[in-house]
Amino acid sequence: MKTEILKVHNLRVYYHTPLGPLKAVDGVAFNLRTGERFGLVGESGSGKSTLALAIMRLIKPPGRIEAGQILLNGQDLLKLSKDEIRQVRLTKIALVPQGAMNSLNPVMRIKDQTIDGILNHMKAISRKELNERVFELLERVGLNPEVAGMFPHELSGGMKQRVCLAIAISLNPEVIIADEPTSALDVVVQRQVMLTLYHMQETTGVSVLLVGHDMGLMAQFVNRIGVMYAGRLVEVGSVREIFKSSLHPYTKLLIDCPPTLERKGEFKGIPGLPPLLLRPPSGCVFHPRCSKVMRHCSVEVPRLHEVDPGRWAACHLYGNGEI
Amino acid sequence: MTIIYLFKRVGLFFLVVWAAATLIFILPRLATSRNPIAERIGQTAGSAGYLSEGVDEMVKAWEAKFGLDQPLWKQYLYHLKDMINFDFGYSLAFYPSEVRELIYAALPWTICLFGMATLISFVLGSLAGALLSWPTAPRFLQYLLPFFLTLSAVPHYLLGLVLLFFFAFTIRIFPLYGGYSIGTVPGFSFPFLLDALRHSVLPGLAMFLVGVGFWSLQMRGIMVMGLEEDYISFAEAKGLKGNGIFFRYAVRNALLPQVTALAISLGQVISGAILVEVVFSYPGLGTLLLKAVSAFDYNLISGVVFIIILIIAAATFLVDLLYPVLDPRITYHRSTT
Amino acid sequence: MKTLGKSLGRAAAYGRRNPKLVIGMVFILLLLLFWLIGSLLVDLTQSQPISGLPDQSPSLQYLLGTDSNGRDLLAVMIVGTGLTLRIGILAGTIGLGVAVILGFLSGYYGGLLDTLIKGIVDVLLTVPPLAVLVVIAAMRAEAITLNYMIVIVASLSWMLPTRTIRAQVLTLRERAYISMAKLSGMNNLEIIVKELMPNLMPYLAAGFVSIAATAVLASIGLEALGLGPQYLPTLGMTIFWAISFSALFRGMWWWWLPPVVIIVILFVGLFLLTAGMDEIANPKLRKTM
Repeated sequence: MKTEILKVHNLRVYYHTPLGPLKAVDGVAFNLRTGERFGLVGESGSGKSTLALAIMRLIKPPGRIEAGQILLNGQDLLKLSKDEIRQVRLTKIALVPQGAMNSLNPVMRIKDQTIDGILNHMKAISRKELNERVFELLERVGLNPEVAGMFPHELSGGMKQRVCLAIAISLNPEVIIADEPTSALDVVVQRQVMLTLYHMQETTGVSVLLVGHDMGLMAQFVNRIGVMYAGRLVEVGSVREIFKSSLHPYTKLLIDCPPTLERKGEFKGIPGLPPLLLRPPSGCVFHPRCSKVMRHCSVEVPRLHEVDPGRWAACHLYGNGEI
Repeated sequence: MTIIYLFKRVGLFFLVVWAAATLIFILPRLATSRNPIAERIGQTAGSAGYLSEGVDEMVKAWEAKFGLDQPLWKQYLYHLKDMINFDFGYSLAFYPSEVRELIYAALPWTICLFGMATLISFVLGSLAGALLSWPTAPRFLQYLLPFFLTLSAVPHYLLGLVLLFFFAFTIRIFPLYGGYSIGTVPGFSFPFLLDALRHSVLPGLAMFLVGVGFWSLQMRGIMVMGLEEDYISFAEAKGLKGNGIFFRYAVRNALLPQVTALAISLGQVISGAILVEVVFSYPGLGTLLLKAVSAFDYNLISGVVFIIILIIAAATFLVDLLYPVLDPRITYHRSTT
Repeated sequence: MKTLGKSLGRAAAYGRRNPKLVIGMVFILLLLLFWLIGSLLVDLTQSQPISGLPDQSPSLQYLLGTDSNGRDLLAVMIVGTGLTLRIGILAGTIGLGVAVILGFLSGYYGGLLDTLIKGIVDVLLTVPPLAVLVVIAAMRAEAITLNYMIVIVASLSWMLPTRTIRAQVLTLRERAYISMAKLSGMNNLEIIVKELMPNLMPYLAAGFVSIAATAVLASIGLEALGLGPQYLPTLGMTIFWAISFSALFRGMWWWWLPPVVIIVILFVGLFLLTAGMDEIANPKLRKTM
């Protein structure tokens, strides 16, 4: 039984707008096991990026973490002081950001912005060691050591993303959160970057939380998948089980939606409109668009519970987790 | 820095200088109704009595001396040659002083005082503006904001007037006018320098205060936009300390547009400086220009104006040279103007 | 009537969110009112010399006193404010016209025309406006008229807005709806009027204010050197005469202070207006204050 390195309990993140609180993440709980690759999937606005940022406590006003616990190796990150959480970043949890186009400082050389993260957390290290470390990191993500002396604008999109990856692993963190790392890249480069991430994960055994909306990508990369909708987790399971026989109606739609080369047919969108996070529907937040909706669905919020061993769903079709 | 960029910048510099020189050549010849020599001689003749004989011959003789009877294109070439040598001829108002001498005497005052004031106000103002945009900076700084706002809107020389009234006239801390007290001999002696310093406080302050107001607001605007950038949030995700992010990520990137704004504003700054000098009768180029204008001393006017344009073109050029150092992207793109 | 109340209410709510814009407009309106009401209430012929005893300090008869030439300074202020406002508006219009035309031509058609216009703008930007204005003004044989001065100051204030407008036109040109409009058969002129103009509005408004401010600043600068219209009591000329007659040292604060105050109100107002308009374009600038 693998241990769980990251445990999220009942996390709520609300954005306080002049029109009222926007519930971006509304009571999410899941666990990340040591050494696994976990994919967090959902449409835009499902709250997945907010969740990822919240774990690192990077939520900015008007957003605020209202409630919950985020346990890293048993330590609640939400209870740490500003300085302590700063120490945790990069050393224990690292972020590979979305859209690396702009994530690198345009006026600093790659080497310098890789080093400043390291120097921040490790004071007693010599210049020589630092340089060696940089070259080693670049090599690990498949980049030429020359890159160290370059500026970001001299690199391609894929290269920049790999630099961000190199920075993320520079201090051997226990968890890497990759927030849509390949969304802005074309498919060929996407594959390169994902392969790099994959190999890196296999060799170092770091736990990866991959956030994205591309089910196809998830299928090739992760061990387990968590599906998010309107700020809630609606299903969690191993990637095989999710694709073979998903439980939640929304998951089914996500998988069936995109046409594949084998299965030609009409392009089916998901009927209805995404919910207003200001005034979510009553009961199950998906019920207005659900093909299997029952009367009970608009009344009570389904809890995420373990339907079968290792398979969780928040849907009244499978009961509500009462004994 | 690529050669092409350097070339373009040097080219622009010479283009501006040439345009100025040409403008100075063309303009008086457009106002054909005015013949400064004839006027001057007429004035002198008038003050000597009503004799008007021989005035025409005198005018012709002087014109020959000044080369005004040559064909136009020849005059133009001589003119350009003179400009390059800074030979602006004799000052009509301060005859027999050469315009050149007058300018050389006035130049150091202007450059020292206003160069310093502009530089210091730019640095301090930018820093203040950056702090104003930073969420974790001390709160009390925010009270400075309306103050800066008002300051930046006021024309320099009006502030100079107000300062003059309050601190020189009403409360006599500082001297009323001039660059140094009457009777003292200019030189590099310590008492003189101290005296000059005392005289330069108020005019310098006028330039400084307006500058600080303007630069702080500019910088704040730039920073506020810059803080939205992805590289700031990634820097935070790396766990960098606030100070580090402030200086190396936020301010460093904001310097680029800020310095651009400096280059563009130099024309306005000098214009302001000239007028401040007028208010304080400060012995720099401004007061010189005023005297030239009052006396319709065209040689002096064109000389001072040319030097002013030269200074600005040179300053702009220097700032342009600084730019590729600040922004590594510049060498690869064409200039963003 | 109800709808009027509603729109006023909405305007007030917006005003609370964007105080700079409102205060700026209030300042300018104040000056406008000062001139309008003043023109009705005060005998403006008193703004000419020898209208009253010279060097009088403020009294009931002369609310702002008189200057060394016997002008009634209250009348002078009213006339001067009106003249300065006129300089701003006229120069702003002329300058904006130039900026719009050049900015459009440069951004929309590109190519050699663009390079040429950009070059001119860059060179002119380097030149200090005052210096050139001094040369031009000093060249006039006769005394400068107000309209002549308006044209001169307008001629050196249009450069920056031209750049901004050009940049905007460039951006807009690439946008999809231009291609759509072209596809649907609109010709170039139609595109310019129907598609580009509405999107350019905020920049045009900001450009107008900026040009007007620059022009007024330049005109006051010229006047301070004595190069303004000699026979008109503009605010700048008043300051010039005040300095020439050593009003400062003679303690005649009523001579030089009122024009300074009016000019400061004008510029702070223009500035706030610009800042307020910036905030409409960039809501993030509202953060503090």
